[in-house]
Amino acid sequence: MSSTEKVELDPAIRDAWHVCAVAADIAPGATAMHCLFGQRLEVARDAAGRPVVRGDGRVLPALERYGFIWTSPGTPPEDLFPLPGYDEPDRKNVVTGSVGIRVSAPRAVENFLDMGHFPFVHTGILGEEPHTEVKEYAVAIDPVADEVVATECQFYQPRAAVGSSGGAKTEYVYRVPHPFCAILYKTSPFDAVRMDIVALFVQPVGEEEIIGHTMMSIIDDRSTATEVRHFQLTIFGQDKPILENQRPRKLPLDPRAETPIRADKSSIMYRRWLTSKGVAYGVIPAP
Amino acid sequence: MLNDEQRRAWQPVASSTDLVARHVFAGAIWGQELALWRADDGHVNAWENRCLHRGVRLTIGVNLGSELMCQYHGWRYANRTAGCTYIPAHPADAPARTICNRVYPAVERHGLVWAALEGTVEGAALPELPMDGLVLRPVPVDVPPAEVEAALAAEFGRDRVRWLVQPVDAGRSIIRGVLAEQPAEPLPVLRRWSARLGRLRDRLEALPRPPVAPIPPELHRVDPALAGLPEPGPAGTSLRLRVARKWPVAEDVTAFRLAPLAGELPAFQPGAHIDVALPNGLTRQYSLTNGPDDTAAWVIGVKREPAGLGGSTCLHDAVREGDVLAVSPPRNNFPLRRDGLLTLFIAGGIGLTPLLAMARTLHLARLPYHFHAFARSVAHLPFVDVLDGLGDAVERHIGLDPAATTAKLEAIIGTQGEKHELYVCGPTPFLDAARAIAAAKGWPDTAVHFEYFKNERPRDASNAFEVALARSALTLDVAPGQSIVEAVAAHGIHIPTSCAQGACGTCRVGVIEGAIDHQDVHLTPSEKARGDCLMACVSRAAAGRLVLDL
Repeated sequence: MSSTEKVELDPAIRDAWHVCAVAADIAPGATAMHCLFGQRLEVARDAAGRPVVRGDGRVLPALERYGFIWTSPGTPPEDLFPLPGYDEPDRKNVVTGSVGIRVSAPRAVENFLDMGHFPFVHTGILGEEPHTEVKEYAVAIDPVADEVVATECQFYQPRAAVGSSGGAKTEYVYRVPHPFCAILYKTSPFDAVRMDIVALFVQPVGEEEIIGHTMMSIIDDRSTATEVRHFQLTIFGQDKPILENQRPRKLPLDPRAETPIRADKSSIMYRRWLTSKGVAYGVIPAP
Repeated sequence: MLNDEQRRAWQPVASSTDLVARHVFAGAIWGQELALWRADDGHVNAWENRCLHRGVRLTIGVNLGSELMCQYHGWRYANRTAGCTYIPAHPADAPARTICNRVYPAVERHGLVWAALEGTVEGAALPELPMDGLVLRPVPVDVPPAEVEAALAAEFGRDRVRWLVQPVDAGRSIIRGVLAEQPAEPLPVLRRWSARLGRLRDRLEALPRPPVAPIPPELHRVDPALAGLPEPGPAGTSLRLRVARKWPVAEDVTAFRLAPLAGELPAFQPGAHIDVALPNGLTRQYSLTNGPDDTAAWVIGVKREPAGLGGSTCLHDAVREGDVLAVSPPRNNFPLRRDGLLTLFIAGGIGLTPLLAMARTLHLARLPYHFHAFARSVAHLPFVDVLDGLGDAVERHIGLDPAATTAKLEAIIGTQGEKHELYVCGPTPFLDAARAIAAAKGWPDTAVHFEYFKNERPRDASNAFEVALARSALTLDVAPGQSIVEAVAAHGIHIPTSCAQGACGTCRVGVIEGAIDHQDVHLTPSEKARGDCLMACVSRAAAGRLVLDL
């Protein structure tokens, strides 16, 4: 599956939870082969339905959250980051698809945080010329949760969600609670107060090869799960060729590697946050 | 790491026929990827295949003819220089001038495109090639370049075909051959060589050899100034307008129709101008040509000024339909009186634009006016279709020399009739002449209305003086070289400005006391003599101290 070789993992990545399979894909009694950090993994369920992950000749920690199975090559925290709202009874929680992409995990996360590309990559859906301006927004590190948070983001979107009937200015809040996971809260076409949740959980198959898993938790009793999946897979399918043409594939953390603009504030913060955590996997560290 | 020889050697990277119109072609030299594209003017560009914003390959971008657009965020890079001309995410900001993709020297010669990783086009040392040779179909071979060269020489010799091997990477090559003569029937010859080279490729690739590691791409760091976040664009240009249409309206004059992204444009009056923040960082003033019946989008006319600082050339060359520009709300310092019994408009060249808006206003209101349009030639007269719409009120004066122009102005202006108003706009000598004639014929300057494009009078900012701000109860010093606008801004008081040279009238400030050294071209002589206002961007105290109504 992967040509990557075993690399020494930095502690921040080694001791984190990482998504390794879609929970619904692993039936009780079945075993599936997966790949994480270039290593083969066996993902199965025990008689009680609990996930069991084996790799590197041992049993690894395992967890089932948000429709996925998570594991860790190191010593992970007790639980995964919280996802408030996910358990609300009237939400539709849909695993919206997994896409293999030849890119590093942090490049994919950065793409997920980026609004400026909407009119050019997701034309007619998440953006449309001439509505190209990225308005000022706020970005900060939440010191308690230790995550990057971007607020007051807004963008004109012709069809922001599967249930949208027309163009609307959409408000976004982004969270990066994990080096390889990002969550987006956006205006719901069906609820004036609560926001739809779109999550990207990246499985680093190798340093330059990922499976991007997406999940949506939305307030929408009209669209079917298949429609929601089609919408999300269309978006992801538009990002894939862009991501696979980014060079270098690893995310450069040197501030002088690329040219940011104000619209890239969240990506600058994300890169700094990765540097401060000492993340070395999938990145080119700053000199 | 590449050595000097690898960097400096000129390599064939494409056949000329590969660079078809509006296409971006992928090339490589020693593992360094190139984006090759031909602009509509024929110029061949060889750039590093990487947008320096987020690293996306430019070969998946769009060749717009004069610019290359990155597929990821729509950044646009200019033909030849690869300088960034537009960043759609911040339509009000100028891309820093130094945002520039990496450009490799490239030339097109003998049916091939040549590039080097280092050097200049002037110093290009290209091999001697047959002038009218036939370029064979290029054949890629996954074999190190030196092996390919040796095999070609051994197999075919060098007499009939000049062989060139493009080093794509340490272990990859492209065979390029140029036949010494153009055969009468090229197709069978091309087929034959294609078959021969195909067989050679199969044989070479089948030979056992240890794997060759690819040469990693060289990633250059960007300038430190580009690593930080740029400041927001100029204040005041709060509107975002889309270039709905861009079209030529005369020799060297291009019109732009600017439409709102949503909703309606603010109201404007005839004579009003807008500040336009340009993609190259300059801000320029342009008069609206719209009549009151045309409020959906604004139309400005921009004359190309090759000797200027680049404002007009940027609009002409870099801004295109669909772009978003940051624009100020309209300001009117050239108001139209509508109570005259006859209004005379005298327009020189592009100075016609504000007068056009005025004439259209009077035309719709069925108020009497005459419109005199002076132009160097018929082709230089802008907005002819609009003038045609004004019918008999328009008189055109084409191709007059200075003496004939003066004579014509004297005839037009004549002596002032009862409640006649005169509006003049055009180049400085034209405007000066018209005003002098009107003054000589006894027109009071309250009836002579004018607007200069720019202030070409010599200005002197060498004195120091004190200004007292009556309403703010503040006294401050204006240093030599500093304007009143700048001095009060340092104390947090903002005087709106636009042209910053004493032409447009935006920064008019009331003067309560003190002798003024007027250095603008906006106020009339009688306004200047009254001494109750000044243009704060250029005018100063004649002596000592000024008390301003601020």
